[in-house]
Amino acid sequence: MISTQATPSVSIRSGLPGIAPRPRAARVRAFVWQALAVAVVAAIVAAIAFQAATNLRARGIASGFDFLDRAAGFEIARGPIEFSSRDTYARALLVGLFNTLRVSLLGIVLATTLGVALGVARLSNVWVVAAIARGYVEVMRNTPLLLQLLFWYSLWQALPAPREALNPLPGVFLCFRGLFLPSPIWQTGYPWISMERPVLAGFGFQGGASVSPEFAALLVGLTMYTSALIGEIVRGGVLAVDKGQSEAAAALGLSRIRILRLVVLPQALRVIIPPTASQFLNLVKNSTLAVAIGYPDLISITNTTLNQTGQAIEAIALAMAVYLVVSVSLSLGMNVYNTAILRRGGHTT
Amino acid sequence: MTPNRRWICGLAVVLSACSGAAREDAVPVAAEVARGTIATPTLDGVRKKNFVQCGVTTGVAGFSTPDAQGEWRGLDVDVCRAIAAAVLGDAKKVRFTPLTAAQRFTALQTGEVDVLSRITTITFQRDVQLGIEFPAINWYDGTTFIVRKSSKVKSVDDLSGATICLQPGTTNEVDVADYFRKHKLTFTPVVIERLEEGTNAYFAGRCDAFSQDQATLAALRARAPNPADHVVLPELISRGPYGPGVMPNDLRWMEIVRWSVYAMVNAEELGLTSSTIDRALESDDPDVRRFVGASDGFGPMLSLDAAWAYRIVKQVGNYAESVERNITPLGIERGVNRLWKDGGVMYVPPLR
Repeated sequence: MISTQATPSVSIRSGLPGIAPRPRAARVRAFVWQALAVAVVAAIVAAIAFQAATNLRARGIASGFDFLDRAAGFEIARGPIEFSSRDTYARALLVGLFNTLRVSLLGIVLATTLGVALGVARLSNVWVVAAIARGYVEVMRNTPLLLQLLFWYSLWQALPAPREALNPLPGVFLCFRGLFLPSPIWQTGYPWISMERPVLAGFGFQGGASVSPEFAALLVGLTMYTSALIGEIVRGGVLAVDKGQSEAAAALGLSRIRILRLVVLPQALRVIIPPTASQFLNLVKNSTLAVAIGYPDLISITNTTLNQTGQAIEAIALAMAVYLVVSVSLSLGMNVYNTAILRRGGHTT
Repeated sequence: MTPNRRWICGLAVVLSACSGAAREDAVPVAAEVARGTIATPTLDGVRKKNFVQCGVTTGVAGFSTPDAQGEWRGLDVDVCRAIAAAVLGDAKKVRFTPLTAAQRFTALQTGEVDVLSRITTITFQRDVQLGIEFPAINWYDGTTFIVRKSSKVKSVDDLSGATICLQPGTTNEVDVADYFRKHKLTFTPVVIERLEEGTNAYFAGRCDAFSQDQATLAALRARAPNPADHVVLPELISRGPYGPGVMPNDLRWMEIVRWSVYAMVNAEELGLTSSTIDRALESDDPDVRRFVGASDGFGPMLSLDAAWAYRIVKQVGNYAESVERNITPLGIERGVNRLWKDGGVMYVPPLR
């Protein structure tokens, strides 16, 4: 089996200095062993694939990826990508992937922002701020994420019905069906842009833009949970910078903000980035808990696909490959960023 | 009703007289089964472990749900019990595996369960593409919706623009998409895997309607905080014949499952009930004598003993008893599931 765990290969230092190149014979020996290891793994994978194919045939179960071109037959909640039941399974999975990326990337941005603020707040000299940040981190870190998602989802269900929707700003409505906002519409004539307001009609609001309770609950849950973990990483990173550094900077007459920005953070970042990258990967993978609250992410669509087509192995393999690509890309991106930071920052103590 | 072509061939094959109308390899295979020279892996496995592993729902009243004592009860559960009574002599020798709609076929395909008896609609795709065999039909149902009374929805067409809760991997999911497309209506799906969570989302107001089969919805309505606030729409937008599913690698097992279901319906037609079956042992009626195993020796042809059908009725009851015990208390009409002679569509091949 292929593991879904993609280990973030972000290194703090690139290359190990001071180790002499090995003699030729040792290099050849190492190559032979490695080639042998690869061959064994490849043989096992091939044997499993062959066995699976034989068993599937023996049980009369269809296999292959032909189903991707067939009409999906089910509907997906409206999103940025148009989809109808006559579109193919491939397109349905694409919609799922897009939904996963949308919630993950937004979650990463928000969790990082909130996480940095939390990390700094935990180090605050103001006792109340530090205590609140600590309480937040402990609650978030010590309860299961699935429970948190269900909590946010049921909290949203407690909002009023569409007819009694909260209306905090003109054109903005909040009810258990979601958050409804005015959306801009481009026009050909002056003033070129106008706002379309959501209007109460039929079963809910029509027109304008909307945020579904599933998306909101998932985004809030992932952001809050991951921000607590990132907060701890940031705190650890800042504490890892020698105290003498900030004292020396203070002696030079730098302000607290400038000390943080010019002296502490550049050094702390080297410690912060690698584990943060792994939190980003966790966030992407945790987004699969969407299934529990009905957000149509990649796994949810894969689930429906494998049930309607019965091709579990293909559908799961496809989902795994996609998550692998997403995780490895994210890892690579963070590696590049990490290397850039290392190059720019000179040497630490 | 179109009788299942395979049963005709299946029975004829046992009597070595199949004309070869169906699968060509069926003739020698079935003949060898009869001689006991071909593998019957599922049947052997069941006999060896001495219980039937049966895939059921995670809890749908009327079809499969544990009672206050933790005992599984329901129309689908009775199918499993009938098989156990026929094969192992004891209707209690069943172990149940609760499965979600999404898990069920994989559980059967991987051999985790011997038989899947779980409100499963028989469709072309499930039969042909998933490679599952559905030997019999034990309930006729179809897709509909439960809605709040206050929503003033009287028919499916009033649901245009509604948010509808659905379960992934159900026929309902595609039935609703098809119906709304055909009638140029729109809806927003909210897809939640577990029936309980989907139901709760509907009760909490997340959806305007929850789509499932009619009998299931009637059972769910009974669980509502205030059942009178909800209505199950009377119109069905699809046909949903339910039946137990097995894997095709054991023809004999498939026949046992088929005739266990047929035996219950045949018993109702013959007027045999769990309380009258003992008296039937002395009957002169040739149909009854064949049924209880007093003549013709059908049991051994099915790799069972002569009293297999007698035990099903004695321990589990006939089809009407099963319906009255499980379905009627929920306030669900038997409707089309009455016998053909009572105006329904329940019509099974005879034991002869």
